[in-house]
Amino acid sequence: MTDILVYVPNSGKHAAEVLTLARTLGDVSAIAFDDAAASLAGEYGAAKVYRVEAPGADDYFVDPKATVLIDLARSANPGFFLLPSTDEGKALAARVAVALDNGLMTDVSGLAADGTATQDAFAGATVVKSKSTKGFTLATVKSGATEPAPAPGSPAVETVNATVAEADQRVKVAQRVDEPAGDRPALSEARIVVSGGRGVGSAEDFALIERVADSLGGAVGASRAATDAGYYPHKFQVGQTGTTVSPQLYVAAGISGAIQHRAGMQTSRVIVAVNKDADAPIFGMADFGVVGDLFQVLPQALDEIEKRK
Amino acid sequence: MNIVVLVKQVPDSGLARQLDAQLRVDRNGANNVMGELDEYAVEAALQLKEAHGGEVTVLTLGPGQATETVRKTLAMGVDKAVHIEDEAVGGSDALATSAILAAALGRLEWDLVIAGAESTDSNMGVMPQLLAARTGAPALTGARKIDTDGSTVTVEHQRANGYDVLTANLPAIVSVWDTINTPRYPSLKGIMAAKRKPVESLTLADLGVAAAGPAAAWNEVVEAAARPERAAGQIVTDEGQGGTALAEFLAAEKFI
Repeated sequence: MTDILVYVPNSGKHAAEVLTLARTLGDVSAIAFDDAAASLAGEYGAAKVYRVEAPGADDYFVDPKATVLIDLARSANPGFFLLPSTDEGKALAARVAVALDNGLMTDVSGLAADGTATQDAFAGATVVKSKSTKGFTLATVKSGATEPAPAPGSPAVETVNATVAEADQRVKVAQRVDEPAGDRPALSEARIVVSGGRGVGSAEDFALIERVADSLGGAVGASRAATDAGYYPHKFQVGQTGTTVSPQLYVAAGISGAIQHRAGMQTSRVIVAVNKDADAPIFGMADFGVVGDLFQVLPQALDEIEKRK
Repeated sequence: MNIVVLVKQVPDSGLARQLDAQLRVDRNGANNVMGELDEYAVEAALQLKEAHGGEVTVLTLGPGQATETVRKTLAMGVDKAVHIEDEAVGGSDALATSAILAAALGRLEWDLVIAGAESTDSNMGVMPQLLAARTGAPALTGARKIDTDGSTVTVEHQRANGYDVLTANLPAIVSVWDTINTPRYPSLKGIMAAKRKPVESLTLADLGVAAAGPAAAWNEVVEAAARPERAAGQIVTDEGQGGTALAEFLAAEKFI
């Protein structure tokens, strides 16, 4: 079978999805920079793991890992090289593309064996099929492209020892600051997302959105109108200039559904909307909608959800 | 400090957008505007110039109508512009575009290149790293804060669950998110002054770039189709039982 190279970051559902998709295309060789990534690769069916030991690589941004990936891609000459569509994944893919004079496709939601990639363009309004015309199929895979399915195995492990060249020490990571996300799932990876918009009306009232999200085990999102108004932090913004989500369930409360917002959630499987304006565009894309006051509808829904649990 | 800002004119994301018959972004039938994240890059450059002196040059690649976007940046306070305009450019992919922009950057004096974190038409977000690979300058992407002492640049690189503080020596390439600042509006004085600011127009021949367009691209679009309309959903009006109906729907879909 075709050899599929996959870059595996050390955690997350997104990496598991990429491995699951990669398995449908051929034998997967995973690139792991730590034990957590290596074990994730084994759990999701990789036939082989390149376990890279690159002391000091984490002190620098992108470049040291890019060099390792470029070298592995050059020697493996794979049919596909897949990475998660994260900032890091895209940055690494861009470096590989230039170094190997290879095509590059980002944010793909599907891949066929012949290298044809499916992508959403224009906020999901258009579905595009593309192919690379130079080199192997190098692509970053968007979050939610597939449901992760474990396939535990015992991959062959090849240790790759790498040193960080001086040229790769140009961008130093001086400090890493984690801002606690709490107990909720990460927005970009959540199976369920509950978002509030301008209609929530205040930062205090976002507590209601949080309660609904917690009741369903989902993440909290916000529209740009809500983050611009200071109701909720920007990093939870769903939309064109925020995070793109593709959950199984998306609940939009007090969100009109401007294109800027739809860009970030249009490919959700099931969409539910609550809005007091019956003409809000969000209802045009909702599988289920309630025209009404979210401060009446959501508390009642919460009670009913708790009863049914 | 000399700064080059990359801007791209794109179809307004607030209106319907489509691909044309050649499966390229339809720029003729669209209402074209400056990329939504680009104005944050312009603002960041202007603030750094105000603090450190120097000159801000805007660099764009696009058809004649992109002049409107160039004018807007000049009205905001950018000093001069370079506009690469060549019919052969149409249909270039990100890799081909990066080769053209890198050639243009090679002709300019710069300490910093600033771009939006991604364009709002193709949303790939790879241009800063492609240019880093081609120019040899370091790329510090996705900044929510940027600072420089004249010889180094420090940014806060925004992540989903926090941020990283990155530093590099100049010259460097930085891309910014919309969390970084609030872009200024062009003043009337700025709009008048913009008319007298120099705009250099370059062709691919000027840049010594031999190939561009679809033939020189690394990727091709095979087909495109409008996303199938979502089947019309069930919309109820709350008359006291809306919340219960919502919970029943979620239960039927097995989310509870």
